[in-house]
Amino acid sequence: MIKDLHEKLINQEIASEQLTSDYFAKIEEKDPEIKAYLSLNKEFALDKARAVDKKIKKGEEIDLLAGIPFAVKDVICTEGIVTTAGSKILENYVPPYDATVITKLKERDAVILGKTNTDEFAMGASTENSAFQITKNPHDTMRVPGGTSGGSTAAVAADECVWALGSDTGGSIRQPSSFCGTVGLKLTYGTVSRYGLIAMASSFDQIGPIAKTVEDAAIVLGRIRGRDPRDSTSMPTADKNFEDGLTGDIKKLRIGVPKEYFEGKGLDPRVREIIEKSIQKYKSLGAEIVEISLPSGKYALAAYYVIVPSEVSANMARFDGIRFGQSIGAESEKTGADYTLWDIYFKTRAKYLGREVKRRIMLGTYALSAGYYDQYYIKAQKVRSLIRKEFEEAFQKVDLIIGPTAPTPAFKIGEKMEDPLEMYLADIYTAPANIAGIPAISIPCGTIEEGGKHLPVGLQLMGKWFDEEKILNAAHVFEKS
Amino acid sequence: MLSKSEVQKIASLARIEITDEEAEKYSKELSEILNFVEKLNEADTEGIEPIAHITGAKNVLREDKVVPYSEETKENIINNFPEKKDRFDKVKAVF
Repeated sequence: MIKDLHEKLINQEIASEQLTSDYFAKIEEKDPEIKAYLSLNKEFALDKARAVDKKIKKGEEIDLLAGIPFAVKDVICTEGIVTTAGSKILENYVPPYDATVITKLKERDAVILGKTNTDEFAMGASTENSAFQITKNPHDTMRVPGGTSGGSTAAVAADECVWALGSDTGGSIRQPSSFCGTVGLKLTYGTVSRYGLIAMASSFDQIGPIAKTVEDAAIVLGRIRGRDPRDSTSMPTADKNFEDGLTGDIKKLRIGVPKEYFEGKGLDPRVREIIEKSIQKYKSLGAEIVEISLPSGKYALAAYYVIVPSEVSANMARFDGIRFGQSIGAESEKTGADYTLWDIYFKTRAKYLGREVKRRIMLGTYALSAGYYDQYYIKAQKVRSLIRKEFEEAFQKVDLIIGPTAPTPAFKIGEKMEDPLEMYLADIYTAPANIAGIPAISIPCGTIEEGGKHLPVGLQLMGKWFDEEKILNAAHVFEKS
Repeated sequence: MLSKSEVQKIASLARIEITDEEAEKYSKELSEILNFVEKLNEADTEGIEPIAHITGAKNVLREDKVVPYSEETKENIINNFPEKKDRFDKVKAVF
């Protein structure tokens, strides 16, 4: 879709200003129901669009992403534009800086339409934990879009933007992509700078694209990746365009099917059927299907729910009502209440942080506390090593690993809110990739009919560290077939 | 597994004020989750080192020099202070 729009722009069949206005009109029409957006960026967007149109008229060369409207998950800092992370504690927070990804995309003249809804501080699997609103799945508005990038995936699925940025810590780009029928790409850890991404779990978080097609995701990847001196965990990556690597050839590609993925009772039989058909399709397209075993996968979610809350408890310490965000202190000025410093910390966090966030902070605080550190945190980090080792061994036998993205299609709004543990199980197929740091993509591979609606199902492909090219190519082939 | 008083202790470490009722609720929820992660003990991690950094990167350094920022940025940072006096962030006495 991006290439088509780009052609139309440079041939002056359409102007970016018109394109951008059209998208704002679509948002006005659909978003009162879908509620994908938390805020819109009309003035700046149209200014940027007009600037791009001027460049085109002058005959200047523009990037593929120039003049094309996209949305940004509200956990990514945008200078001068309110960034909430889906939380009351940042309700009126205006970042004084742009995240590195935003700087890169602005340099390419991409047009930011607005900020999309997210579970609070990216914790959840349905976008229901947002402190502001519940986003609906465009395919069935009684159901969740998935999470935590549910706002972004719903916006792409509902044609409220051409593509969007999301973030993925345990499946937050892929699972909502599966639920909404979009392409969602989680990159190898270290590919994209985390500078400006409101941190959740620093050794898991990655920003990535959500789009209508694999080619679009590939186009965005090439423009957001790169070593950033401001993020010391970012790694040097090949300076190239990934859309050029979509050769369409997958003969001799070895695709691994982990037998454990199909043994669990939690996998919906209708999802299983669609995934099995997809695997057969790859076979017919020339790939070699190899059965593999990832026995430590069963510990992945347990390790995840020890390490992630531990990192969360450290990252959330900065929200203390002192330097930014909402604060009890600011209120006491008006009410005249006499607070101590302790009160500022305790009461600000109590009042403005949501339940799931508090749950994870406490879980992490416990796991890291004296007497429990070895039992929980160190043990989980050892299991993390084990899981990583298993992937290393598997990738000696296969090029890619295939499976379902999520065990079920989109569930109904409110269905999993009572039991936090049930919500956690939604990430069972996606979390391992974040634990090991490997890249993974979710692509639509079919739908399930229920209640007269067609619920999308996502197919997940995982690849070797920094081997995005292979998974993109394989995903592209499937999409085109 | 996690008693109400333990939950109160944790909340105190985490600097979050919780009510008695919340302590009760969190005690149930956190116990359930901790029960789930007990699974980790089944894993054989004999001889396995805990993972240090996922990319294997070590000691990534940069030059220790001051990078000047614009007046505008400085103003924007100051504007975010919940309580301020002139260009200072106003906080309660530490002692």
